[in-house]
Amino acid sequence: MIKMEYYLVVSTILMFVGFYGFVTRRNLLAMLISVELILNSVDINFVVFNRFLFPEQLEGFFFTLFAIGVSAAETAVAIAIIINIYRNIRNIEVKNLREMKW
Amino acid sequence: MEITLELIVFIILAIFICVNAILAATTKRILRAATYLLFVLFGTAGIYFQLNYSFLGAVQLLIYAGGITVLYVFSILLTSSEGDKAPELKGYKFVAGLIATVLSLGVCLWVMLRHDFLPQHFEHGELNVRTIGHALMSVDKYGYVLPFEVISVLLLACIVGGIMIARKR
Repeated sequence: MIKMEYYLVVSTILMFVGFYGFVTRRNLLAMLISVELILNSVDINFVVFNRFLFPEQLEGFFFTLFAIGVSAAETAVAIAIIINIYRNIRNIEVKNLREMKW
Repeated sequence: MEITLELIVFIILAIFICVNAILAATTKRILRAATYLLFVLFGTAGIYFQLNYSFLGAVQLLIYAGGITVLYVFSILLTSSEGDKAPELKGYKFVAGLIATVLSLGVCLWVMLRHDFLPQHFEHGELNVRTIGHALMSVDKYGYVLPFEVISVLLLACIVGGIMIARKR
């Protein structure tokens, strides 16, 4: 039988790998990819807690469902902003991004 | 502890997810990072399928792997020139990031593994799609019609906002 802790270990590792990427990456899109990893780990946590602790209710299930939708919206807006930044300063490195308004 | 097929599948999925996540966070080429992210999303969908939430796995495959990754690939192709590589990380920054990550990972794992979770296994059984639909459209105590409507407004706002931000002036 698979214990609940095993799933949580996987999601914890996923979360901190995303954290590491977010801290060390210098490219806006790569940082967004790391944020996506963190979101995924939290989704796994919600689903596992729902399945193991409250199998007859659906709170974690629906939270994950809506989190997937919200992350789609977040990605779309973030990529629009990043493309706008690229249009203004011709690259998307964090170190070149000094002002928020042109 | 006996080795079951379920456990073997889980171990393969876990190793797949962890390796691909580490590659996505450390690879130098950003297009490869997006590809490894796609593999991580596939592995997560596999975990959902294994927990008998097939609907959630299908949603994950459709929206994440089908939609968001395509968006990433397009924006990467738009914003980076060919042969673009991430610059070499400075030594102390790498060490500082690694130490912070390993320390916080250790603290979290320690706290989590010390805690004793009561249920040792879950009841198998597929979640009925009819149940999901009724819960999503119900206005009762465990109904989700309000977040359903709110997320539709959010997606509309996101479409309008995306066009507003990204259009040419």
